Amino acid sequence: MLTDLTIHELGARFRRGDATPTQAAREYLARIAALDPTVKAYLTVTGDAALARAAEADARFKSGAPLGPLDGVPLGVKDVFCTRGVRTTCGSKILEGFVPPYDATVVARLLGAGAVILGKLNMDEFAMGSSTENSAYFTTRNPWDLSRVPGGSSGGSAAAVAADLAAATLGTDTGGSIRQPAAFCGNVGLKPTYGRVSRFGLVAFASSLDQVGPFAKDVLDAALMLQAIAGHDPLDSTSAAIPVPDYAAELGLGVQGLKVGIPAEYFIEGLDAEVEAAVRAAIETLKGLGAKTESISLPHTEYGLAAYYLIAPAECSSNLARYDGVKYGLRVPGARDLIDMYSRTRGVGFGAEVKRRVMLGTYALSAGYYDAYYGKAQKVRTLVQRDFQKAFERVDVIVAPTTPSVAFKIGEKEDPLSMYLNDVFTIPVNLAGLPGLSVPAGFTKAGLPIGLQVIGKAFDEAMLLRTARAYEAATTWRERKPELAA
Amino acid sequence: MSGAYDVVIGLEVHAQLLTRSKMFCGCSTVFGAPPNTQTCPVCQGMPGTLPVINRRAVEFGIKTSLAIDCIVNADNRFARKHYYYPDMPKNYQITQYEEPLAEHGHLDIEVDGAARRIGIERLHLEEDVGKLIHEGSLETAQSSRVDFNRAGVPLMEIVSKPDIRTSEEAGAYLRRLRAIVVYLGVCDGNMEEGSMRCDANISLKRAGATPLGTKVEVKNMNSFRNVQHALEYEIKRQGRALDAGERIVPETRLWDPDKGQTVSMRSKEFAHDYRFFPEPDLPPLNVEARWIEAVRATLPELPAARRVRFMRAHALTAYDADLLTGSRALADYFEAAVAQCGKPKAVANWILNELLRELPGDDERAVAACAISPGNLAGLITLIEDGTISGKIAKDVFEKMYRSGEDARTIVSREGLTQVADAGALGAVVDGVLAEHAKVALDYKAGKKAALGFLVGQVMKATAGKASPGVVNSLLAEKLSKL
Ligand SMILES: [Zn+2]
Repeated sequence: MLTDLTIHELGARFRRGDATPTQAAREYLARIAALDPTVKAYLTVTGDAALARAAEADARFKSGAPLGPLDGVPLGVKDVFCTRGVRTTCGSKILEGFVPPYDATVVARLLGAGAVILGKLNMDEFAMGSSTENSAYFTTRNPWDLSRVPGGSSGGSAAAVAADLAAATLGTDTGGSIRQPAAFCGNVGLKPTYGRVSRFGLVAFASSLDQVGPFAKDVLDAALMLQAIAGHDPLDSTSAAIPVPDYAAELGLGVQGLKVGIPAEYFIEGLDAEVEAAVRAAIETLKGLGAKTESISLPHTEYGLAAYYLIAPAECSSNLARYDGVKYGLRVPGARDLIDMYSRTRGVGFGAEVKRRVMLGTYALSAGYYDAYYGKAQKVRTLVQRDFQKAFERVDVIVAPTTPSVAFKIGEKEDPLSMYLNDVFTIPVNLAGLPGLSVPAGFTKAGLPIGLQVIGKAFDEAMLLRTARAYEAATTWRERKPELAA
Repeated sequence: MSGAYDVVIGLEVHAQLLTRSKMFCGCSTVFGAPPNTQTCPVCQGMPGTLPVINRRAVEFGIKTSLAIDCIVNADNRFARKHYYYPDMPKNYQITQYEEPLAEHGHLDIEVDGAARRIGIERLHLEEDVGKLIHEGSLETAQSSRVDFNRAGVPLMEIVSKPDIRTSEEAGAYLRRLRAIVVYLGVCDGNMEEGSMRCDANISLKRAGATPLGTKVEVKNMNSFRNVQHALEYEIKRQGRALDAGERIVPETRLWDPDKGQTVSMRSKEFAHDYRFFPEPDLPPLNVEARWIEAVRATLPELPAARRVRFMRAHALTAYDADLLTGSRALADYFEAAVAQCGKPKAVANWILNELLRELPGDDERAVAACAISPGNLAGLITLIEDGTISGKIAKDVFEKMYRSGEDARTIVSREGLTQVADAGALGAVVDGVLAEHAKVALDYKAGKKAALGFLVGQVMKATAGKASPGVVNSLLAEKLSKL
């Protein structure tokens, strides 16, 4: 089956002429039709457009001029990215009926690389959440256990890759929204350095934290996806004008002699025993491959969560102000006046978690409280950044658990605060703007995936990919697939 | 009003920058296009769009900062200012808050011959909002529409220190500032079209007392005259209220030019919390010293310097030089005319007394569109100076030049307006007038000197104004003495 294959395997078949992009697209669309009613990863499937693009790719392969490794490869993108002519909901009712007249830069880059986009993937509303239960449309299921969450907020993107409903997908990571669902769904998820990938056309949640990255079936695929989307974009002033290395070329360098930092603060009480055991075993594997480990301290880790839950809501309260019923999306009729129209539209259009964060952020930015909350959180953010800077003076890469526990049951975490704790190991990386990656590192006895998090220096994604690749090559976790029946 | 109050006025001036594209996107800024034809996803604030700073707008800001002696900050930052309004696409405005482009400048003005220095607090950049169009009046409208053409147009806000004491000073400050931005070519200075807007903060306090009075903000003044009238009204209103022992309420008031008064718009007690915070979509803007120096090198001669030069080189009064340099186009016009006829005082008089009366405004466009070219005005002055036409005829000719755009010589020769100085021809006319008004002539002889003026007037009338006044005078004197 073509849907079993990685991007590089599929590309090799296309080049050899053993398969065509149209065959791949058809197989994926058939699988989506059969399995997605169970998994519920897709919010929108764009079958006709996908087949049309696949046919174009067929012609390129036939003429011997494919565009590159992604040419003809069926992919999915989180519904947080604007797609020209295709409805973009961001998992929210408030964007109902919104069809952007433009593509997000990352979408344009994927299309430019010849990729075939199958559709838009489910997510927590405006990327706020850790379970995809906050989607205004439906909850995506974890392919490893349908009673469990896929993680969030890019749960649709993670589940689609795990269930072979796309060869790879794009997600976004504001506080762990790529790495946490990648860990829960057992695939490779990469959050690049802040500024490495353009945010243009990405519906903003928290501008200073959001970053786009791939979900992939293996590390090489993640490298190929990053290669396609990375680099400066004149439409995003915060995107960095730093050269993008050839990630695939550096993948095989191994970990011999690398210094791997183990942060004491990530092995705390509350860390699931099976997760801890798997991560410690992974560290031993890396040692066996020639890496040197070193204990490091990231002392401000415990304040990261609190700082994040002030900064992210503050920015979200601002970014979401534009959803007012005036210009696009939902407008609730029957308002008495302008303020009433705003209130009704936002009242109906936003879900509970979004409202909670908008309220929190509005409060944190208000005149009398700015210094005590937002200002203080920014100071903490600087301290977290310095922790990492100091650590990276001594080590090349840091490894830790991606999440404190494995995928939990749908509906299990009703208390928002206990839900927030899920991101405790991923959030500091966003606060510091660093790259982070989650790679499969084993399974619990119940058969749920466990993720190993690799954290790197700014703009050194190559180091993460190389470390993860060395580990992946030494293990067999990625060979296991969830059993799904239509 | 007892007159025992100190008046404290601060002005906030918004100037629309003459960039071709908007502050954060590539859309055109041309005025008057059909609604929503100059918009894109960025200036409509659509999901996922991001701002990109217009370098030219920053350059215009630096240019202005240098012209008003501000210190340009090396580290600049944009911030978000939040409030909900349907004409604001993102429901926040990108502006500068804690780290503005420039600070600590000043502007020198002169009122009634006395020089005053008005401090400038800051100059910062921001984006404009769109425009709401209500079907009918705001209260009764069944629907309202939004035009986002103006949304995202670059604005520069210049905030004065509360150094202004009178409405005249406010007027002088505004005229000076307008002249500067127009000279620099960064703003067209058109208050009616809203490319320059002014808000005033005004408070009164007991003369000599230290505690500041309660501040009232006055908005909606779309001409220099409005600003002056509104401030005069407010000074009187607040003075009377204080005299009567009333408290001044901190509020925003609108100037109603029809009623000639300010009216309360909203109380400041419910002042909006704008929840400012640094714009995370834009990195800090670093203005390097090299950039500032490059902009400094492009600064033209500014109004203050030009004014001094006009007084020195052309022996103009301070008043005339001030008026002429109030607009770059006018000053250029003056210099071009002087270059051709070499009569600065005459050129200044013709511009200030005749031309400005005719022009629909004294702004750059009105001057540029004027039918009388500087060369044609110089031609007219030359005809007067060489005695071809009289000053009285010249005013007629000027009118005709203004209507037709023709040069003076063409009009004078076609209509035969050349001055008659021939003593022979004029002698006969003088004789006729003396014969007709024999009694007046006798009155003159009897010592009523004023009678001479009447006789001169009759000769001018008989010659349709073409007689040379000098010749008429000497002929009359000669003939009267012989009576
Ligand atoms: Zn635009």
